[in-house]
Amino acid sequence: MAYAIEIKDLKKRYGNGFEALKGIDLTVEQGDFFALLGPNGAGKSTTIGILCSLVNKSAGQVSIFGVDIDKDFAGAKRFLGVVPQEFNFNQFETVFNVVVTQAGFYGIPHELAKERAEKYLKQLDLWDKKDTVSRMLSGGMKRRLMIARALIHEPKVLILDEPTAGVDIELRRSMWEFIKGLNEQGTTIILTTHYLEEAEQLCRNIAIINSGEIVENTSVKALLKTLNSETFVLDLDQSITEVSLPGYNLTKVGDGSSLEIEIVKGQNLNDVFAYLEQQGIKVVSMRNKSNRLEELFVKLIEGNK
Amino acid sequence: MSTGEIWIAFYTILRREIRRFMRIWPQTLLPPAITMTLYFAIFGNLIGSRIGEMDGFSYMQFIVPGLIMMSVITNSYSNVASSFFSAKFQHSVQELLVSPTPSWVVLTGYVLGGVARGLLVGLVVTILSLFFTHMHLHNLFLTVLIVLLTSVMFALGGFVNALFARNFDDVSIVPTFILTPLTYLGGVFYSISLLPDFWQSVSMLNPVLYMVNAFRYGILGVSDIDVSWALFIICAFIVGLYCIGLTLLNRGRGIRN
Repeated sequence: MAYAIEIKDLKKRYGNGFEALKGIDLTVEQGDFFALLGPNGAGKSTTIGILCSLVNKSAGQVSIFGVDIDKDFAGAKRFLGVVPQEFNFNQFETVFNVVVTQAGFYGIPHELAKERAEKYLKQLDLWDKKDTVSRMLSGGMKRRLMIARALIHEPKVLILDEPTAGVDIELRRSMWEFIKGLNEQGTTIILTTHYLEEAEQLCRNIAIINSGEIVENTSVKALLKTLNSETFVLDLDQSITEVSLPGYNLTKVGDGSSLEIEIVKGQNLNDVFAYLEQQGIKVVSMRNKSNRLEELFVKLIEGNK
Repeated sequence: MSTGEIWIAFYTILRREIRRFMRIWPQTLLPPAITMTLYFAIFGNLIGSRIGEMDGFSYMQFIVPGLIMMSVITNSYSNVASSFFSAKFQHSVQELLVSPTPSWVVLTGYVLGGVARGLLVGLVVTILSLFFTHMHLHNLFLTVLIVLLTSVMFALGGFVNALFARNFDDVSIVPTFILTPLTYLGGVFYSISLLPDFWQSVSMLNPVLYMVNAFRYGILGVSDIDVSWALFIICAFIVGLYCIGLTLLNRGRGIRN
């Protein structure tokens, strides 16, 4: 079975000499929920741009569902739906026309396009805005409009470039549910995001790109297993003056009413709780200092510098 | 894409282009109507009555074909230039780039959108001219053929301009500094037989002269140039500009990184 996306030795050098991609290899399986992560300027958007024909590659091979873009780019494009980071629809068209017009570019008959537009605008809670000029929409609505537009030709792969950037928490959660639903129905999802919590919760596989190179490409589970340490924050019922537990790295936070603990492999929290119990201190609540994937991400990126 | 799908994609682009200029008709259709009415009233009626006949026709009758052609040229050109550049500027051109629509369909759709506006404005100006003079029609087929081909040619020119344009100034430079002088010096208001020999020869280098005169021949039956030459020149420009436009579009000039 062909990969949804197969990239071999992909290179991109811009006109100013900047080498955005230094020969990356990447595969995304059909039906996957895949995260492409990396800091700003790492090469994520260039990779996506090449996939969807917005950027000309310098070298390498890209296939979408087994179709080589150099041999049949039009055929390959049929498999792809793209939700870019920036709003790129005609701001003077109505919501309905934006979606129906996009269907026309894929050769979808007008009646079928109207049916699908109604279906996706309803699913994305935009049906009551169908006659609104698109520039009048809120940021979240504009982003949902771009999702509806990307789905109008019912692509096998949906690429979402920072889909939840600038979106409030409630809307973000509902978008997650919608995208998860699409994936469950068989659509391959490729996501770039700065919210690593998003990638950890949604994605099965992950690639981390930095300075135009893939520094990690594995499953989220496998990646999290490589995490050697986690940092927790304990909120205490009273301030602690001195902390000393041999073998453990404990740090007071602020006035001592919170404690930061780094637990490395082989250590456990029970020793810490027992120590605090001896001090007559109770733990009121506990949380991760940062998202686990975020910790790994930072380590990988820093290690690659 | 299958033929049916290509047709749908083409029709979608054309419909969107027509919808665009109809939606903003006070910017696209009204100004040429007002400008040309002023030309008819001032140059045709007030000044024209003192000029007398030109090539056997009243001055008003003489300038009507040139003014219609001038409207068609400027509107065909500016429609495509501004529409495609706006799509670049707003990044909405990406909607087309990510789709399987072939480049030649994109080019043809935009060009025929410009032709639709050019011809519609030409029709409006023609109707307005009937309020000032009666229209003589020497050769209907040639008249329609010339106006159609000229519109296609300038719409293609507008497309190439939009591909190269980096800002809105770049879109207005060609119409202001090249198109307008060529049109005014292209025999719209005078017969080049009035010019000294040297300037007659210089005028023959102006492609607009051929279009205006061929169109005038279709309406009045008089021309300063050989109409078959005019047809050849227009067709050569169309082929040349189409090839340039398509090559640039395929390479992604100004629209892809």
